[in-house]
Amino acid sequence: MPIKVHIPQAMRQHADGQASVDLAGANVKEVLDALGQKFPNIVGRIFDNGQVRRFVNIYLNDEDIRYLNHLESATKDGDVLSIIPAVAGG
Amino acid sequence: MSDFVRGLKCRMCGKAYPKQPLNYCEDDFGPLEVDYDYDAIREVINRGKIEMRPFNMWRYRELLPIDGEPTVGPLVGGTPLVRAHRLAEALGVETLWIKNDAVNFPTLSFKDRVVSVALSKAREFGFTTVGCASTGNLANSVAANAAQAGLNTYVFVPQDLETAKIIGTTVYGAKLIGIKGTYDDVNRLCSQVADRYNWGLVNVNLRPFYAEGSKTFGYEIAEQLGWRTPQHVVSPMAGGSLIGKIHKAFHEMYKVGLLDREPRTKIYGAQATGCNPITSGLKAGQDSHRPVRKPNTIAKSLAIGDPADGYFAIKVMRETGGFGEDVSDPEITDAMLLLAQTEGIFAETAGGVTLAVTKKLIDQGRIPRDEEIVICITGNGLKTQDAVANAVEKPIIIRPNIDDFAAVLEGQPEPVLV
Repeated sequence: MPIKVHIPQAMRQHADGQASVDLAGANVKEVLDALGQKFPNIVGRIFDNGQVRRFVNIYLNDEDIRYLNHLESATKDGDVLSIIPAVAGG
Repeated sequence: MSDFVRGLKCRMCGKAYPKQPLNYCEDDFGPLEVDYDYDAIREVINRGKIEMRPFNMWRYRELLPIDGEPTVGPLVGGTPLVRAHRLAEALGVETLWIKNDAVNFPTLSFKDRVVSVALSKAREFGFTTVGCASTGNLANSVAANAAQAGLNTYVFVPQDLETAKIIGTTVYGAKLIGIKGTYDDVNRLCSQVADRYNWGLVNVNLRPFYAEGSKTFGYEIAEQLGWRTPQHVVSPMAGGSLIGKIHKAFHEMYKVGLLDREPRTKIYGAQATGCNPITSGLKAGQDSHRPVRKPNTIAKSLAIGDPADGYFAIKVMRETGGFGEDVSDPEITDAMLLLAQTEGIFAETAGGVTLAVTKKLIDQGRIPRDEEIVICITGNGLKTQDAVANAVEKPIIIRPNIDDFAAVLEGQPEPVLV
């Protein structure tokens, strides 16, 4: 079973209109690299100089990866990875 | 009346967008902000015109992002700016003011300001269902204002909120969803809800418009001071938006000709030590906040561990020459009592945070004792009574008998003023 990656609405134009895609990878970085290979226009929107952009949050199964092991957080089959804009709330 | 909004603009890359319910830039995820035509506003606005209007937040409507007349919350704002003589004496400062949104209408917090803009906007966009992620005050405000506007409402909160804030939401008929998690979990879920359902979530897809409502807190301070700005403003920080909007308000007023002198106000942010992502980032010299996974403070309305505007809040404190501090729960409670017993104002825990931080900054010498200070009170103590329940004196129970009362008086020391 692969890892399901949720793509936020405003980025779907760069992902053939898809709300989610199934990808493989041993950690968050590998999964996101696979996403970038499939949809090259997404890479620069999530990353800036190899770092996740300031206003992008990445969640692995409902937990912010900054509270796990960041991009190195290990992933396994059946996990759900969500890319979510950080500018909400307050 | 036409509005003066050119559209939305990314605060990071400057990319322009047409007016729409969208909170982030599709290129870099930066926050979108309303872009005004200030030259056109300057042409039509002046002090006299504003002073002729009713004393509520809509007297500044040229500087707010709605088309035509507001349809939600027409009476919001216009709260007192209180000259706090007794509290000034207790703190050992000369000139102290309290901007008191504990009595904002209709739900007793500054959130009515942002909600009236957001829900007026929601109606313009044609949403029939609205909602929010909230620590409580926003929940109350969205529920009440949406009820009056006849909108369906879903409110998402952490499940462990104060009872008053829960009942103060459900009483209006809103669907209240309690989340097993922190506010940041609630917030993340709401971004996913906004992504899936075509709803107007005030602090998600409507956030650029919503946040502008906070500016009226600043406009009112400056007008109430006689069209000038104070030297120091101390504001609580949860998501970190309000302090930036107060700063923006002062500078906009100067830009459109409502103030004679360019504002030089130093802006200070207040947090609880149990949830201090912004002040800890500031004090560590970082350019952004340090997320807190598990906030733990009685100031639940400020318990946002990963504030959306942390980066901008730190920037505004640094650039204005202000600072930020955080205080413990006992300091928060003491400050709530001090405010109540010197000024007769019962603020919620966030008000205790703001006053306790003000005291700390004065004691540290960061705020000079002989300069003018404004403290921002954003919520009402009746909603967070548990925080002081054990710190206040218990009532004395007697029979309805004059000798019983005389005995009580004899046994009591003379009432002492703080």
